[in-house]
Amino acid sequence: MRLLFKVGLTVTVIFLLFSTVGLFIADWERPPMEQEQLGFRGTGIVQITNPRLKAETAGNVVLPEVVDAADAAGPRARQVYQNVQVLGDLSEGQFLRLMTAITEWVSPEQGCNYCHNPENLAEDVPTKIISRRMFQMTKAVNQNWTNHVGQTGVTCYTCHRGQPVPGEIWFRGSSGQPPMGGLVGYDGGQNKPGENVNLSSLPLDPFSEQLDSPEEVRVVGTTPLPVRQGPSIMKTEYTYALMMHMSQSLGVNCVYCHNSRAFAAWDQSSPTRQVAWHAIRMIRELNQSYINPLTPIFAKDKLGPLGDAPKTNCGTCHRGQAKPLGGAPMLRDYPELNATILTPVAGAGPTAPVEEPRRPVPDTPVGRLAPAAPPADTPPPAQEPGRPPSQTR
Amino acid sequence: MAEYQNIFTRVQVRAAPEWGTPRAAGSIYERGRDASFNYWLGKLGDAQLGPVHLGYTGLASLVCGFIAIEIIGLNMWASVNWDPVQFIRQLPWLGLEPPPPQYGLSILPPLNEGGWWLMAGFFLTASILLWWVKVYQNARALGLGTHVAWAFASAIFLYLSLGFIRPILMGSWSEAVPFGIFPHLDWTAAFSIRYGNLFYNPFHMLSIVFLYGSTLLFAMHGATILAVGQYGGEREIEQIVDRGTAAERAALFWRWTMGWNASMESIHRWAWWFAVLTTLTGGIGILLTGTVVENWFLWGVKHGIAPVYPESGPAVLDPSLANGAVR
Repeated sequence: MRLLFKVGLTVTVIFLLFSTVGLFIADWERPPMEQEQLGFRGTGIVQITNPRLKAETAGNVVLPEVVDAADAAGPRARQVYQNVQVLGDLSEGQFLRLMTAITEWVSPEQGCNYCHNPENLAEDVPTKIISRRMFQMTKAVNQNWTNHVGQTGVTCYTCHRGQPVPGEIWFRGSSGQPPMGGLVGYDGGQNKPGENVNLSSLPLDPFSEQLDSPEEVRVVGTTPLPVRQGPSIMKTEYTYALMMHMSQSLGVNCVYCHNSRAFAAWDQSSPTRQVAWHAIRMIRELNQSYINPLTPIFAKDKLGPLGDAPKTNCGTCHRGQAKPLGGAPMLRDYPELNATILTPVAGAGPTAPVEEPRRPVPDTPVGRLAPAAPPADTPPPAQEPGRPPSQTR
Repeated sequence: MAEYQNIFTRVQVRAAPEWGTPRAAGSIYERGRDASFNYWLGKLGDAQLGPVHLGYTGLASLVCGFIAIEIIGLNMWASVNWDPVQFIRQLPWLGLEPPPPQYGLSILPPLNEGGWWLMAGFFLTASILLWWVKVYQNARALGLGTHVAWAFASAIFLYLSLGFIRPILMGSWSEAVPFGIFPHLDWTAAFSIRYGNLFYNPFHMLSIVFLYGSTLLFAMHGATILAVGQYGGEREIEQIVDRGTAAERAALFWRWTMGWNASMESIHRWAWWFAVLTTLTGGIGILLTGTVVENWFLWGVKHGIAPVYPESGPAVLDPSLANGAVR
């Protein structure tokens, strides 16, 4: 009995020791926090922000210097250079300006040769094929998804931030084969401290089903009483995990978009929830129409453990800020990005028809990019004649 | 007075170990023979340690409990590839999940997809029920009422509601709670979200009332009895019928405070019912969720318990209802 007691006491003391140590190594955030009331009084719709963390995140944002504007007049890039498929409408000066900027944005250390063969700049090396498609993706975002990106828009730098591969990307989950042939230790794709889901034990890969497929995100019952079998708790955890990812990526809490007493109720939500709703659809299109088709072109070491391309989620642009780059309107300084031609290009992957003949490009449309043209923060024209709509919507 | 105004118990009775009622040959009291004293235990409660009477049901309960903990623990350990360091580091995150929805109520899903969960649940339930039998038997053997057993049964009812009865009503084990520290907390939050906010569930409300009420009653009662300790107030049972100055002063204190007081007897019934009703109402609230109510918030709106707040911003519409929207 005495021995039993001593063993028990020892175990208790060790447990308390571990817990105490845990208290000090855990990632606590100290008060004071900033509070901002966003909803009606008493509803608890209050944005709580750690001002130190917020300052640190904002401090990590380094905006590259704007390259001096170029003359929109003069010969077109496709007339001067060979194999200019999507930027051919730019003037030579604009084209070189954009090349200078993108080198700074995407491969400042690797330089031009990251995407070009220095012996033959016109050669379609894989990175060049990818960046060509990325130019189109950027244009598509700025033209078709203003309900998410507004008039601020995006540039290559919004995601890349000086890195050839953006810092926050995702691959399809692979938690590895559990031991003993999978007989034990099945984790159901969750129950590990997930960095994508704010270190909760929610599903580790909420993206494959929800940001790379049109899987329904909504899980909350829509009627007071049951009418049919609704989504499972497991499905709910996937939605919950995606929401945790959004919260973490934007540095906001649930009530930034929702009234937490009724998460599903649109009439009690903030307008920000609409912006986020479009974001989910936008990311799906970017992953499915622009990034996935490039899978065979990516270098093998850029692919995920299951051989899939590096894909986008909310964090790819947002990086802990409710507005990427703190809302800096970079696109306004680079009207060249809006002159990208959206027609399919050669070698962009299986979905891009390679055989399609080059569309004759009139010289005139470039005129709207001249300095005298409306600034980029006015709504972009819906669809220009002769310019096919994005084929992915 | 000072004896009773200390966090720790100041009085330790030391004599020959106390064995309870006289030991008849072959009776249950013959089973336990070991008893000792410990000073530090005496700080928290009785200094006497033992005798412990386990019995067949107690032993079977411990064995079943051990099997359940082994199944859960080894699966958690395996999920970090038998890495002992990661097992400790990630322990709060690790879990054992019930079968995924596609297996419904199958009692033979693949071992690694809920099979282990079903087994662990079976043994844990067996362990708990056997322990309930032991509690009941011990009370009977000592000639006690079975109040503890029935209070325990109320907690078991909540446990079974969550992990057994409701999943059966819903037709799927996947509705049940996973084993694991964070996993079961995430489940709880997801459960509430899925069914439209459990706070609008009246039985959840009642359960919270009784839970918080229990702590309040516990604090009020404990404080009252300690406060009248110098008048012999801890002799509560005798004072039910022979109240004496301690009970009278305590009662008057509460009448001065709120005009009325519980009696030396009734305060224990208050506490017992509050505790029992916490899990009883909680279990009912769980059983109603998803089975007869799909969305507690909308149910609350329907029945006028969810207030409408003025809009503080522009009206927000569901974008998926807009014409031509991408779903």
